[in-house]
Amino acid sequence: MQLFSSVSRSLPRRLQLGMAVAAACIALPALAAVLKVDAAKSNVGIVFKQLNVPVDAKFKKFNAAIDYDAAKPEASKATVDIDVASFDLGDPEYNKEVAKKEWFNAAQFPKASFVSTGMKAGANGRLDVTGRLTIKGKTMDASFPLTVKKEGSIQVFEGSLPIKRLAFNIGEGEWKDTSMVADEVVIKFRVVAAQ
Amino acid sequence: MAQAAERYTNTAILLHWLVAILIICGFCLGVTMVNIPGLTPTKLKYFSWHKWIGVTVLGLACLRLLWRLSHPAPPHPAGMSDWNIKAANAMHVLLYILIFAVPVSGYFYSLAAGVPVVYLGLFPLPVLIERNDELKPILKLVHYCLNVTLLAAVILHVLGALKHHFIDQDGIFKRMMPGK
Repeated sequence: MQLFSSVSRSLPRRLQLGMAVAAACIALPALAAVLKVDAAKSNVGIVFKQLNVPVDAKFKKFNAAIDYDAAKPEASKATVDIDVASFDLGDPEYNKEVAKKEWFNAAQFPKASFVSTGMKAGANGRLDVTGRLTIKGKTMDASFPLTVKKEGSIQVFEGSLPIKRLAFNIGEGEWKDTSMVADEVVIKFRVVAAQ
Repeated sequence: MAQAAERYTNTAILLHWLVAILIICGFCLGVTMVNIPGLTPTKLKYFSWHKWIGVTVLGLACLRLLWRLSHPAPPHPAGMSDWNIKAANAMHVLLYILIFAVPVSGYFYSLAAGVPVVYLGLFPLPVLIERNDELKPILKLVHYCLNVTLLAAVILHVLGALKHHFIDQDGIFKRMMPGK
């Protein structure tokens, strides 16, 4: 503001106003835009292997907040909060089992979350995202590629993040046996957002 | 009379007993596994073994059918009454249907539950339908009912064989026993 006022003292009023508007127009797009996430169209789930059989499961309740600027991805931020008790294997009895202490311990750790600490433009229009993933009270660094696609007025963010479940202590006791349930679990997500 | 015509072929005999043993093992696993509470590694193992047995039975069922169509069964023993013959034929047809229907219903039930089958832990089998939460309880019931029918059919089949052997003493067992 100081700079403009000293320069523009000598300029006609109209031009001063025009310059202010122009400045605002240049400044605004540089701000990352907080997107409106369409939870109904988005999904967060996992694929895991039990006895070499791949099984899909999803988290029915989660919050995703994305602050994204296509022109300056480094200024973008994303946080995803997952309601661990909303985990759905398709069978209520098994869902109850997985919420227990040996697995997610949903009673003590009701939320899992991912908070991004950096985003860089990667190859092929992808974003390389780094951040901190917290599950069952343990936080680990995580990095994964994110694809961003524009479909009309909506943007679709998709990515998959492989994790090692034992690093988060998921599956304790006799379930530590990775020949029963493999250590690697892939978290898959698709977040649909409107401007 | 040629002795060969009075017995089943060795292939038929082998397939029959192989399927019988697998069905018994599969059935026992099935009943045990669904009664394990919660989720244990043992339960997961039993589920896998049960499905591998089912797939094997289905494969053998195909072989048996092809074999039977190309190698007719021996004629019924002389002196068997008409109703006896009809009942035996009906029972065998039912059993043939069941050795297909039971594993197929189980296979689709597993798929509807979102769990594909990886045969012997090595060969992923085709995922013919996606996970389907509406279809799952229906297929569960179908698999269960077919299994109850199979149990009844097997019991009657065994009782029938014993009746022929001990009461009619028409040598029917020898047709399905290995050996000369």
